[in-house]
This record gives sequence, structure tokens and C-alpha cells, in this order.
Amino acid sequence: MTDVIEQVAAAPQGAAAGSPAIQTVNLSKRFGRTSALAGLSMTVPRGEVFGFLGPNGAGKTTSVKLLLGLLKPTSGEAWLLGRPIGDLQTRRRIGYLPELFRYQGWLSAREVLALHCELAPLPRSSWKDEITSALDTVGLTDRAGDRVSTFSKGMQQRLGLAAALLGEPELVFLDEPTSALDPVGRHDVREIIRGLASRGTAVFLNSHLLSEVEQVCDRVAVVDHGRVIASGTMDELLSGTAVKVRVTGLDDAEKARLASFGNIDDEGDQLTFTNLKPDRVPELVAEIVGLGGNVFEVSPRHQTLEDRFLQLLEEEEK
Amino acid sequence: MPPTLVIARLTVQETSRRRLILALIILTLIVVGFSAWGFRKITTVTNSSGSTLPPEQVALITSQLLIVVTFMYSGVLALSAAVVAGPLISSEVESGLLLSILARPVRRSEVVIGKWLGLGVLVAIYAAGSAFLEIAAVDWATGYVPPHPVQLVLYVGAEGLALLSLGLLLSTRLSGITGGVIALVAWLMGWIGGVVGDVGTGLQNQAVENVGVFSHLILPTDLLWRGAIYAMEPDAFLATLRAAGTVGRANPFAAVDPPPVPFLAWVVVWFGLMLALSIWSFRTREI
Repeated sequence: MTDVIEQVAAAPQGAAAGSPAIQTVNLSKRFGRTSALAGLSMTVPRGEVFGFLGPNGAGKTTSVKLLLGLLKPTSGEAWLLGRPIGDLQTRRRIGYLPELFRYQGWLSAREVLALHCELAPLPRSSWKDEITSALDTVGLTDRAGDRVSTFSKGMQQRLGLAAALLGEPELVFLDEPTSALDPVGRHDVREIIRGLASRGTAVFLNSHLLSEVEQVCDRVAVVDHGRVIASGTMDELLSGTAVKVRVTGLDDAEKARLASFGNIDDEGDQLTFTNLKPDRVPELVAEIVGLGGNVFEVSPRHQTLEDRFLQLLEEEEK
Repeated sequence: MPPTLVIARLTVQETSRRRLILALIILTLIVVGFSAWGFRKITTVTNSSGSTLPPEQVALITSQLLIVVTFMYSGVLALSAAVVAGPLISSEVESGLLLSILARPVRRSEVVIGKWLGLGVLVAIYAAGSAFLEIAAVDWATGYVPPHPVQLVLYVGAEGLALLSLGLLLSTRLSGITGGVIALVAWLMGWIGGVVGDVGTGLQNQAVENVGVFSHLILPTDLLWRGAIYAMEPDAFLATLRAAGTVGRANPFAAVDPPPVPFLAWVVVWFGLMLALSIWSFRTREI
């Protein structure tokens, strides 16, 4: 077995600043007989906030670990900032908040960040400012001298975020960055992500919190069973309209006859037709009434990422 | 500071902040105090004729008791090294603590070597410190000083390092508890293997004697312990052992000769192999 992680590879052609933040070609990973990632091909431009979506077990965290060199791909290739994955020098320019975040409980928050400054490695003269700025950004200034073991889970996640921000990285991986945070914390993280984007840092946001992704991402990829099933900008992905109908008096067979209007999210008295064009709404209502249904409410709305996400997964299941 | 030294410093810092060092210092001081009191008693006990023991007899008894006390120290060192090294890497992989560190420009070999170095420094300091205190206490109590105190520290320290190296290797693949338990069992098996070899020596049975040789080659802790014993034995006692022939060699708390030089060379190679295996094992592990 070859080494999993480390290589000081020669810079390939295109390693200049113009190369994408992330590029993968048929990146695959198998664990025994289980395929965790099956041919991931994608490009994340520099300076963009890229959402990587998928249900649990879709291969999101595996992808992040492959890109960071923590796992060895079974096949395929990938580059970060123009250099092959596993390149040690590239890691100087990358920040990472793991999904499974845990920091040395016997150190203070300031000491943890100093450790990361040292390992990054950043010039010692810059540590103080870097640490102060990172602590301020994530709202931990008041707890800087406290041991991490006294921190709540949310505070530890904030600390992890601070560590990922050190040294103004060109690319930041955030793996479920708000999983332990309250609504205020989530709002703060969205602001931090926007701040990163505004200074030109590419952000790879791995999340299943779709509203969060929808609010901050320029581009998304939806992954399921280790494959990208859709990708594009938000506008490209959310082009349709969802129509919510509150209706009674329809049995399952009659509801099934409405399938010609698109995918139906059936929640009893509430049917949501994803990706239905607004001009077909009168036709839909007439059909429901014709089937004997009692319509109480019809509300077309712009398709949300959640609508689109569920639609994509349903299509994938068929 | 290079990443290896940063990790080593972090390892020392962790054991210090978790108060392991403090606990060992306090326990050692207690043991030294009690043993000093006990050794002092040797000089005041009387024999059947009502007189105190002659100096040569005090020296002999002290040397034998010191070997037993040192066995306890080497046990504490081996147990501590195995228990601390067992989860050294595995627990940090399981908790995710190493994820953010390995995403930095840090080689996995640097993590392994750094942790070995950090814990190795602690083992060496503990071996030297506890030996100095104990020898000083015995000297104060009885006036006896073992003939080769420096070698004693080196052998006991090397035994702790051997258990540390084994624990670290296991820690790259197994959970902390499993690795620690295996290292401890291996240490005891190594000791028993040495005893079996002694029995073979006593019986002049080459096959049984070879069990000891092989166990010393696989895990050299027992022969390092024999080296420590040799360093503590006064010349008069050694002469008695040698006069007893093969029977004199069949004793797990006695050593007629120091470990042979080729064996000591093998110990150096063994340490290199364990470290290389640990690095390879961790580098090929997917986390």
C-alpha cells in the first residue's frame, strides 16, 4: 500500500494563481466493497462559495478528506490551488474545520490557535494579530484564556472555525460548520463565510442545512451515493416554481393521476408540486376539482433549494 | 520550531497538564520515603547473638532489596509507558483531534516521531530522577551504592522506552485500551519468557533456553531488566552466583553477566524497527 497522504509534488502546469481552487477528475473511493465516492468530477473556481450537498452517507465528508489528503483515492485525480492533493506546501494556504471537531482540552483557546499558527506555519510576529482577529471574528475573545475543556460544543466549533481562518487561507473547507451552533451562531457563520468570499477566499461548504447553503453559496453540487447528480449556480439549479396545494377528498390513486404535473411531495392534505410552471396552475386546479378534490389553497412560490434537493433525490431513486 | 518538536512539546505539555507527572512525582517521593525508612531498619536489626549485622551483610541484603524495589520502579515505568502510549495516536484519531493537525503541513511521520520523542523524554527523566532519589535514599540509609548507577538508569529507561515504542506502534491501528492491554501482556510475557529461559539454563536444556532468547529478541524488555539487575549487584554477590554455575543463572532477579554487546546492538535496531513500523502503519492508515 502506498502512503496515504504526503507528497511534495512538483507543481503541475497551471499551478499559477489562475488555476481553480479545487478540481477533481473521476475521484473515487471504495472502503472494501462499499463505494463511498464514485467518480467525482467538479471544479470550484477561486473566490466562490461552493455548497456541497447531499443526504447522510452521500460521500460529502469522504470527499473533503480525500481532497485534504487524509484519505487516499482509489482512483481519479484532484488538485487544490493548482497542485495535486496531498501536497504539503498547499496546506499552508488551506483552512479546515472538520465535521468531527475536537481540540486539545488542556490548552486554552489562545494556545490552540497559537499551536495552529506554529504548524501552519505563520511568522511568529503575526501570531498575536492573527489570533486576536480570529477570536474576535468567531466571538470568543472573552474566553481566550479559558481551557477548551470548559467550552460548550458550540464554542468548540467556533474555535475550530477560528483555527480555519488563521493566516488568511486561499481555500477554506467547512464541514458542517454550524452543526453545534444556535441560530445566532449560524447567522454569525454565514457572515464569516460572506466575509471570506468578499476577500477572495474560496469556501467549500459541506452541509445538509439547505437554507444555510442557499443563503451563502454561489454554486452548489448535489451528491448522492457518491456521485454528483446535479451542479451549477443557484440560478441554474432553482429555475422552476413549486406549487403548494391544500386539498382534501383525493385518494392515493387520484393523487397518482396528478403525476403528469411533476414530482409531488405528498404530505396528506398538502401536496407540493416541485418544478411546475406557473402557467399550468389553472390546469392543475381544474384537474383536482375534476377528480372530486376540494381545493382550499393554492400558493405558487419560487422553488427553494430544499424543493430542488428533494426532487433530485427522488429522480435519483427512480 | 519543526513540527516534530512541536508535537513532542505538546505531548509533554499534555501529560503535565493532565497531572500525570505530578502524580508520578508524589508517588515516587512516597515510595522513596518508605523505602528509606525500610532500608534504615536493616542497619539496626540484630541477629540471634543480639548484635547488628556486619557491613558486608547489610550491603548484600540492601543490594537484593534494591533489586526488588527497582523491579517495582521498572514496572511502574513500563505500565505508565504502555498505558500512556496505547491511546497516544488512536484516541486522537477517534476523537478527530488529529484531523485539524494533519490538515496542516505536517507529515504523519513527524506526528509519530514527535509523540515518541515527547514521551521518551518523560520516560528518561522519570527513570533518571527516580533512580537518583532512590539511590540517594539507600546511600543515606545504609551507605550502600550500587556499583553501576548510570547503567542502571540506562537499562531501566530503555525498558520503559521499549514499552513506549510497542504501545505507540499498536496505537497507530488499535484502540487505546486494546493497545495498552496488549503492550502490558507482552511485557509480562517477555518477563515470563525470560524466566522460562532461566529454567532452560538451570536444566541445561537448549530448547527451553531458546524460548528466553527468542522472547528477548522479540521484546527486549526482560533482558534490559537483567542489565539493570547486573548494574545493581555487588562483586561479592556476583562471585557467589558464578560459583553456583548454571543454577546461579536460573534466577529472574539475578544476572551473572551484563547483556551481550550484539544484543545491545539488536536493541538499537529493534527501536529503529518499531519506529519505522509505527510510521509506516500510521502513514498507510486512512482516518
